[in-house]
Amino acid sequence: MIQLENVSKRFPGGQEALSDLSLTVDKGEMVFVTGHSGAGKSTLLRLIALIERPTSGQVIVDGQNTRRVRRRKIPKYRREIGMVFQDHKLLYDRPVFDNVALPLVIAGVGHRDAGRRVRAALDQVGLLHKERRQPETLSAGEQQRVGIARAIVTRPKLLIADEPTGNLDPDLSLEVMRIFRRFNEVGVTLLVASHDIALIDKLGCRRIALEDGRLQASPREEEEWL
Amino acid sequence: MAVTRHADAVAPVRSSGPVSTWFARHASSAVGALGRLARHPFSSAMIILVIGVTLALPAAINVIVKNVQAISGGWDNALDFSVFLQQDTSEDEAAALASLIEQRADVESVEFISAATALAEFREQSGFGAALDQLPDNPLPHTLVVRPSAGNTSASMVLLQEELANLPEAEYVQVDTEWVQRFHAILDIVRQAIAIGAALLGIAIVVIIGNTIRLDIENRRDEIEVTKLIGASNAFVRRPFLWTGFWYGLFGGLMALALVWYGLYLLEAPVSRLAGLYQSNIAIASMSVAEAAGIVGIGVFLGLAGSWFTAARHMRRIEPR
Repeated sequence: MIQLENVSKRFPGGQEALSDLSLTVDKGEMVFVTGHSGAGKSTLLRLIALIERPTSGQVIVDGQNTRRVRRRKIPKYRREIGMVFQDHKLLYDRPVFDNVALPLVIAGVGHRDAGRRVRAALDQVGLLHKERRQPETLSAGEQQRVGIARAIVTRPKLLIADEPTGNLDPDLSLEVMRIFRRFNEVGVTLLVASHDIALIDKLGCRRIALEDGRLQASPREEEEWL
Repeated sequence: MAVTRHADAVAPVRSSGPVSTWFARHASSAVGALGRLARHPFSSAMIILVIGVTLALPAAINVIVKNVQAISGGWDNALDFSVFLQQDTSEDEAAALASLIEQRADVESVEFISAATALAEFREQSGFGAALDQLPDNPLPHTLVVRPSAGNTSASMVLLQEELANLPEAEYVQVDTEWVQRFHAILDIVRQAIAIGAALLGIAIVVIIGNTIRLDIENRRDEIEVTKLIGASNAFVRRPFLWTGFWYGLFGGLMALALVWYGLYLLEAPVSRLAGLYQSNIAIASMSVAEAAGIVGIGVFLGLAGSWFTAARHMRRIEPR
């Protein structure tokens, strides 16, 4: 599903966020990317979301080389990927329902169809009864679940999440991860950046550990170091 | 439970028909933009008022010029050309020339006054009858009184005069009423000045709306970024701003109409009093439906132009970080 070949990303100013990184995430896999802040987790996800372009190397997502996705085609490309953010990135001027419906509105899904899909997505994150609420009246955990509902409402095959539990306490974090797990069970590929090693071990998924923009030789060492 | 529902809904996103989707998107953008204007009634009203006044100015002057022209149109009677023909022109030639000139598009009618008729008239009116009988032959030429058609501008009047003077049979062309021509020339200048002024004011409206939209875009920057992040195209994020510009232009145009009409309403009583003093029944001609629609149309066009330039430029710049 995701394939990185010798990817480097150098920012103007010289610092290298990723250097010569190669990795593969198979279809239907649920993979965590770990590492300290600055290790390149976010940059990796941003390359996949085409918020950034690699300085060199190839990023291939669902058989499509992102290098060949032109600027004008980026919106269409992004619509195929579900994205979850640490700060939720909800729109606070409209209720939960409208937030979740936004990707469907962008895709031009009909009104009735959209309503059905939005409710199905909210049901999956357990927020069906809060569809008319304004996002700021919800707790952080609930806001994050709204963000997840928005990411999955278009039924993407790939879901990427950048520190989705970064602002949540352990119980809420586990709840969010369980939701992810359920998507994974029905075939969604997930790539989740997180530094919460204990939580990841509980889920027993594959881990890709980054350190200074490279694959860490052995993830175990990092754990001991922590 | 949720899992099975998810599985059965895994079908890919299917859009409804392109036309109905396009229409529905625009309808919701239009209503949304209108709602945002209504949420800030004071600032929206100020912008609409500015656009209204800016559009009303040239529109009002145009109405005034139109009315003055209608009044001065009655003076065109005084603008007949008297074409005195060469002495050696025969009466038949003169009559033929008269009907030839009458066929011109810029000529309404030609009256042929033969030398004999002119002499008879002169004899009657001057009282020199006996003296004239002493002359060996008629000293007066044949005369053509040419009345230009109403559609002439002062430039085409000058042209007509020159062409009449250049006829081989013509001895001399006389226009007594040059002051009317001067007046029309002034009106032409005024009309030209309105056109220039209106163009400048139009640019001002585009700038005003563009600046308003720019502020709007800055205020909603986060929203634009998030929307782009989840796959919105530039066209999608631009659409509500185009509608905002459309509404500003539409309401500004309607405001301009209201201002002009109210101004004409205020002028109605004094004008009819003045007309009464001249025992005339002139009334102010208001704007025609086409002119009114034109003003609103120009407002909408300028609104769309202002928002388009601004939105197109800024949307490309705002990318998710």
